[in-house]
Amino acid sequence: MKNPEITLEPPVDAGDGLVAQQMVVNMGPQHPSTHGVLRVELTLDGEVVVKAVPHIGYLHRCFEKHCEQMNDYTKVVPYVDRMDYVAAMNNELGFAIAMERLMGIEVNDRVEYIRVIMAELQRIASHLLAVGTFGLDIGAFTPFLYCFIEREKILDIFEKASGARLLYNYIWIGGLMNDVPDDFRSDTADFVKSFRPKITELNDLLTENKIFVERTANVGVLPAKVALNYAASGPMLRGSGVKWDLRRDDPYSIYDRFEFDIPVGTGEKGTLGDCWDRYIVRVREMEESLRIIEQALDGMPDEGDVQEAIPKKIRPPAGEIYCRTETPRGELGFYIISDKSTSPYRVKARAPSFVNLALLPAISIGSMVADMVAIIGSIDIVLGEVDR
Amino acid sequence: MKNPNELHQNPNELHQNPNELHKNPNELHKNPNELHKNPNELHQLLSERFGEEHFEFHQDEKAEPWIVVSAGILKDVAKYLRDEPGLEFDTLMCLSGVHYHKEEQLGVTYHLDSTSMKHKLILKVLMPQEDARLPSVEQIWKAADWHEREAYDMFGIRFEGHPDHRRILCPDDWEGYPLRKDYQVQPYYQGMKVEY
Repeated sequence: MKNPEITLEPPVDAGDGLVAQQMVVNMGPQHPSTHGVLRVELTLDGEVVVKAVPHIGYLHRCFEKHCEQMNDYTKVVPYVDRMDYVAAMNNELGFAIAMERLMGIEVNDRVEYIRVIMAELQRIASHLLAVGTFGLDIGAFTPFLYCFIEREKILDIFEKASGARLLYNYIWIGGLMNDVPDDFRSDTADFVKSFRPKITELNDLLTENKIFVERTANVGVLPAKVALNYAASGPMLRGSGVKWDLRRDDPYSIYDRFEFDIPVGTGEKGTLGDCWDRYIVRVREMEESLRIIEQALDGMPDEGDVQEAIPKKIRPPAGEIYCRTETPRGELGFYIISDKSTSPYRVKARAPSFVNLALLPAISIGSMVADMVAIIGSIDIVLGEVDR
Repeated sequence: MKNPNELHQNPNELHQNPNELHKNPNELHKNPNELHKNPNELHQLLSERFGEEHFEFHQDEKAEPWIVVSAGILKDVAKYLRDEPGLEFDTLMCLSGVHYHKEEQLGVTYHLDSTSMKHKLILKVLMPQEDARLPSVEQIWKAADWHEREAYDMFGIRFEGHPDHRRILCPDDWEGYPLRKDYQVQPYYQGMKVEY
């Protein structure tokens, strides 16, 4: 295999007969803090990172080629589950909405409300994982367990509805796999009630923890203009102070019916756009998701066939569409070209983690090597989605 | 060897180069929707500026309209779209390669978005299959960096002027371009059987 050339600066005399030189260190692909199989090639000057080159593709399955050869659009849904496997509901929702827009399908209110509740529960579950493992990466073990207890409760609700705990295949093109169980409403309401105080607990444990703040404030600073030029999205962009959320700025489904705020980073603990800002945006978004779920539970109609709009045969008209939705990680876009057959001519998934990870070299240069862990954790990548 | 403190100085300084032209985030939402332009108007503007022969406006009921741009002036068009007051396409949402097998063409689709003006635009560039080359827009929108590498990896489209033109998802020594419609998987990779 051809190795890319690595050029180091020539050694320099450090006095007392000592010679100093840059060093290349491989972080990953098997490293607990890379959240999967990511390799970062770090060039270090002492403990300072002077260059960082991410190498991806270890999980590449060519999702797009599979879609083209599946010969059935319905078979694509389980595949999008496997892109961002910790936020599968949001991926399904994104794909379903793209297909429905392409085919001109309208779904009834019950479907819309269930979808929104599922998507927001999934957002909380995904943020809990992100926040928990972020703490774990930089040495806070306990909050991780607290987060997972709460995440389990959400997975239980999903399991009751879909039969699966991680990869649901629940939101279909034109509807849902099946209606929610009778106790869905009470289960969800119970969860919302019990989860609110837990956020306060998490804040006491982690958010205001002095060690945690020291490790994350002023680290990996991402200025807003850079974030926009790199097309960063989700908490990555909002952490830099840009109020941009597709649920409000390019509304889809029924998000225009709900009242919620869009939390942004303000540089409370350090510089605007640092790791702590990205972290706190996630925590505050969980509270906003709870607000949306409460409103959706109130508005959800009791009647409605969740499968009435599912087409017998999915054969969209020739044409193309780019449709984007807000997942926990940011803007998930599906670019679908249809040639009127039963499988897509081309599908491109614009995965938020893929785009956000491209920023890593830009925000890690000049940081200490120990901070790399915090920076990668704060981007919140899912390698299944990066590599597709 | 540099003093670590020097390197740490001001994180903002590290980022000066590509992005000076962006606005302050607080200004982002000042403009109401009145100022936003539809693809038709944008096509007019581009034709006036660069000459009609370079653009082909495409519209039907089935899809959002798009503009086909000739590859030669792509970079100037991109710079104009980003920097011209009133257009301000500050984000490249998505860049996708496409293989038009019947036409023996490769294409690249650019989905542009303006967070301040709230308008969107779809640009397309078409190239012959045997000689698929076009200028890179990585210097205009940094987001194009990895997307262009992916399009090269999957379709074999060359982006001239890209600073790090390597494969991104497949291994460096992989043969062929998987998302082309006539792609045949290589039987062996490094002595391992590929088909399962």
